[in-house]
Amino acid sequence: MGKCEAFIVGGSAGSLDVLLRVLPDIRPDIPFPIVIVIHRKHGADSLLPDLLSSRTKLIVKEVDEKEKIVAGTIYIAPSDYHLLIEMDRTFSLDYSEKVNYSRPAIDVTFQTAAEAYKSNLVCLLLSGSNADGVKGLKTVKAWAGKAVIQDPDSAQVAYMPEQAKKHVEIDRILRIEDVAEFINLLR
Amino acid sequence: MELPVVNDEQVEILLSDLLEQYGYDFTGYSRASLKRRIIRLYSLDKSLSFAEFRYKVNNDPTYFKRFVEQITVNVTEMFRDPQFFKTLRETVLPKLGTYPFIRIWLAGCSTGEEAYSISIVLKELNLLHKSLIYATDLNPSVLEKAAQGMFALGQMKQYSENYIASGGTMDFSGYYSANYSLAKFDEELKQKIIFSTHNLVSDHSFNEFQLILCRNVLIYFDRDLQNNVLGLFDESLEDLGYLALGTKETIEFSQINKKYKRLPANKIWRKVS
Repeated sequence: MGKCEAFIVGGSAGSLDVLLRVLPDIRPDIPFPIVIVIHRKHGADSLLPDLLSSRTKLIVKEVDEKEKIVAGTIYIAPSDYHLLIEMDRTFSLDYSEKVNYSRPAIDVTFQTAAEAYKSNLVCLLLSGSNADGVKGLKTVKAWAGKAVIQDPDSAQVAYMPEQAKKHVEIDRILRIEDVAEFINLLR
Repeated sequence: MELPVVNDEQVEILLSDLLEQYGYDFTGYSRASLKRRIIRLYSLDKSLSFAEFRYKVNNDPTYFKRFVEQITVNVTEMFRDPQFFKTLRETVLPKLGTYPFIRIWLAGCSTGEEAYSISIVLKELNLLHKSLIYATDLNPSVLEKAAQGMFALGQMKQYSENYIASGGTMDFSGYYSANYSLAKFDEELKQKIIFSTHNLVSDHSFNEFQLILCRNVLIYFDRDLQNNVLGLFDESLEDLGYLALGTKETIEFSQINKKYKRLPANKIWRKVS
């Protein structure tokens, strides 16, 4: 494991509560970007960044296409687009077919980030009711990044982290109360 | 292992093949998306090796057609982003309705859902008879589909909801007839649509328009290509004409920005000088 250059969180049903609990405890001077990809209904657009922003001093923003990824910022995948990370560490957006019935799909972001950041990437998969993100975590591991999941026992919907546990060699399994500290100690 | 079956270097090889063999220039496309599409097709077609895959693209014209169709994104829907169509209906088209003739360019029209949506709004505003919609795409095969005006019947519930949310008050199902699993849209709607190939990367301006729509196409281009294409739109747009982009797209980084004024709360810009 190299140094952490990006931390990416994926989640679905039951993951928003985790984020709302974890965000207030994240140090405001983290030396890497946090990217959040959660499934949500199309149309409820600007609400999520505002909601998350109210829980942290870090800058929270919805991704703009071609935006350069900057440390110390929390980025949120826009609804109804896949979020991809380019080799030059900029974001791009894509309106292609849904993956795992989802757009944004966690797999797409994990997989493209895996190649861009290789061993300097940490990905966390939270609560959720489908297996989106599992293939992505496999790719992250193949490129020597780190795969972390929420403890299925602590998840509102255990299926997503359970599937990851079953199919991917997981580096860390975190209870909700340990997530913030884990992030704060990443270097 | 989950390592990609086609690597970055091989993507570049394919792109230069396409340029040399066929004159299609994809080198200004954003790589992450393009590479994902190429890998998807490679796996979908159960290619045995990169060499075989490359050979087919280079030597089999039918496969080349499939390749271009599959690496470009052709996902679209009717009345996508209803709020956008509401602004078209309530602000933009009534303004253009004062002109004797309305020329609209829909660039990157894919399978045509948006062209028919615009046609419906024009008809309801009683402007269709004096309008002409040029709907273009680089893929001949999606244009063939667009010209048929038949879409999956299963989508109609969603499209009807979009239509209502966009301010439509007619019975949406009155615009098509159900034919097995397809909805065939009225002939009248396509009488004022011209479907034609046009490649934004390499083709020039071909007319002057009062409205240009190009939604969710620029996201696939890098900044340089976006800039060039916006220049092409600027050349093709009359003064006081409108340019409409996708919800996550902008002209703010480009040289043409200073000539345009954005409509509040929309990705629509008006050429003011």
